[in-house]
Amino acid sequence: MTGNIATNRTVLVVGGGISGMTAALEAAECGKEVILVEKLPTLGGRTARLYRYFPKMCHPTCGLEINLRRIKGNRKVQVLTMTEVVAVQGRRGDYRVSLRIAPRHVNENCTACGDCAKAVDAEIPDPFEYGLKTTKAAYLPHAMAYPQRYVLDPSIIGTADAEKAQAACKVGAIDVAMAEETVDINVGAVIWATGWKPYDAEKIQPYGYGRFKNVITSLEFERLADPAGPTGGKLLRPSDGKEARNIAFIQCAGSRDENHLRHCSRICCMASLKQTQYVREACPDGSGKSTIYYIDIRAIDRFEDFYQNVQKDPSVSFVKSKVARIAEGEDGNLVLHGVNTEGYHRYAADHDLVVLAVGMEPEAKGIRLPEDIVTDSSGFIEGSKDEGMFGAGAAASPLDVNRATQSATAAALRAIQVIHKTAATETAA
Amino acid sequence: MTTANQPAAYRNDFLKEVEANVEEGHMVKMCMQCGVCAGSCPLGSHWEHSPQKIFMMIRAGKREEVLTSDAMWMCTSCYNCIARCPRKLPITHIMHGLANYAHRLGLAPKGQPTRDFAVMFWNNLTKTGRVNELKLTLGHYFKDGIGAGIKKGLEMKGVGLGLLKAKRLNPMEILGGHKLQDLAGFHAIVAKAREIEDRRRGLSS
Ligand SMILES: Cc1cc2nc3c(=O)[nH]c(=O)nc-3n(C[C@H](O)[C@H](O)[C@H](O)COP(=O)(O)OP(=O)(O)OC[C@H]3O[C@@H](n4cnc5c(N)ncnc54)[C@H](O)[C@@H]3O)c2cc1C
Ligand code: SF4
Ligand code: SF4
Repeated sequence: MTGNIATNRTVLVVGGGISGMTAALEAAECGKEVILVEKLPTLGGRTARLYRYFPKMCHPTCGLEINLRRIKGNRKVQVLTMTEVVAVQGRRGDYRVSLRIAPRHVNENCTACGDCAKAVDAEIPDPFEYGLKTTKAAYLPHAMAYPQRYVLDPSIIGTADAEKAQAACKVGAIDVAMAEETVDINVGAVIWATGWKPYDAEKIQPYGYGRFKNVITSLEFERLADPAGPTGGKLLRPSDGKEARNIAFIQCAGSRDENHLRHCSRICCMASLKQTQYVREACPDGSGKSTIYYIDIRAIDRFEDFYQNVQKDPSVSFVKSKVARIAEGEDGNLVLHGVNTEGYHRYAADHDLVVLAVGMEPEAKGIRLPEDIVTDSSGFIEGSKDEGMFGAGAAASPLDVNRATQSATAAALRAIQVIHKTAATETAA
Repeated sequence: MTTANQPAAYRNDFLKEVEANVEEGHMVKMCMQCGVCAGSCPLGSHWEHSPQKIFMMIRAGKREEVLTSDAMWMCTSCYNCIARCPRKLPITHIMHGLANYAHRLGLAPKGQPTRDFAVMFWNNLTKTGRVNELKLTLGHYFKDGIGAGIKKGLEMKGVGLGLLKAKRLNPMEILGGHKLQDLAGFHAIVAKAREIEDRRRGLSS
């Protein structure tokens, strides 16, 4: 299928988050053929799972909608979901890429009516909600999913549930026999926009994530705050479902730490500052309190305004200290131990919920990248030595959305130049 | 660069002095003042200067206050701070290095129990090349006088008898105890080591 369309004048974009979508669109809107591959069943990446965006506190759906509309309206972008890159061979202007497409078990006929989900009994931890709730094993990844098509979880294939789903579908979209495919394509340039993943918080032993129920990550907190999320936007703590009122945010959880991630993840200070405003919003009577424990707040350039506004907010206090350890009380409350370095005051502070501002590590860390790829000491992708492959967005550096799209646009421009050079040499020859 | 016999030259720059003379002192400047070590120390509430504070004081040039502090002598080498320091400072080693340097300069607090015991231990060890545990224990018990020593001895009687029974304590050690064969050679080695160290630090032995 794709094999005959893609040529060495095609740009391959790996990863369908905000950066991948941006890079694909920029190249396509300049007239280039683009293949955009995403390993999950939907485009959108991590940003789709945020409740609001700093600095304007708008909802991510807005930006997502604009980009999806551009993609739908552009015939030069071909989107392949549930697809991963297995191998890259060749060189700048002439790469051969092997793609592996996992079976979705639902074809283009799907109208997203949801009848299959109703028919299926099995439930799986909802990947979109970081497992904070379950979803049926036949599911639409989220409301804004693209393509708007259901997925059957592989765990029900071969069970009665799969049969039930197939029987329930009126348009014949379910295909339990769908098998994995491998496709080889020819492309001229590759943009790696594989994004980031949260640092595994369980490795930060003194903070007790995984042992103490009311210690959660900043990503989970985004879902708690979202009215469409698992708690309907109420900040309910996991241990007993009580509304959290006295919330601690711990900065640099796993970042700027030689024992964990060496780099500053750059966005987590802003993310916590933003999340204090969720607390404020969730407690209209003013009973919600946020305390940010930090080494130093890194709100870069124009974000300084945002920081200053949060500083003025009486519901937010700041403690200059890297928390040494957390202990759990009997009621599920948590006691934070440390020393406030402004004045060297020792504290043992009680909170009912702790949010770890976990660091960002490159999603590509741990997966095998083509040998030619150069990464920095933290595993972020700089590009390939032959200058035909580029990193974009959070795959290249821990970036916020604004900077990620800038980086993606830059990568698209470089890819376009590669295609132009390829075309020029071929015409000359 | 450090040259011999000129410690005074560095005194107005205490960080450099520490870097040159204290074990792992070159790592002091890597501290980012996050406070994790201060919060992690199990004895932290019992002394005035946490490692974090000491490192800031070094950079602020507070020579006198640092070297006369009892903080370094309170470190029990639990290694909690080292395990957690995000900058991987060998904090425990630096604390002991500072204690040693302050002692050699004669600035360490007088009568500080850990310091006294450390001196006693060193003298005990270097005498024969072997630690004489019986003499060390007795020395420690009787350091505050005969009465206090007898009282302590009676308190610890059970432990002592248990050790005797298990052949972990030899009463004959009181007569001098086991020692190295080439004692003179050993003393020469220790003296030479001190000479080298002092030369490096610009001290006269
Ligand atoms: C708690 C938190 C709050 C945040 N809040 C904000 C905010 O308010 N405002 C803001 O500007 N930024 C915020 N950010 C940062 C924001 O999430 C990132 O800037 C953004 O996700 C970067 O987008 P991306 O497309 O580069 O990466 P991603 O969103 O990670 O997208 C990468 C995509 O690539 C796919 N992929 C990965 N590997 C492969 C592969 N091998 N093959 C195919 N596909 C692959 C992934 O499935 C994913 O869809 C926040 C971050 C955190 C941690
Ligand atoms: S952005 Fe802030 S919280 Fe995140 S690693 Fe950097 S300093 Fe720490
Ligand atoms: S833990 Fe390390 S970096 Fe933090 S204050 Fe202590 S010595 Fe400095």
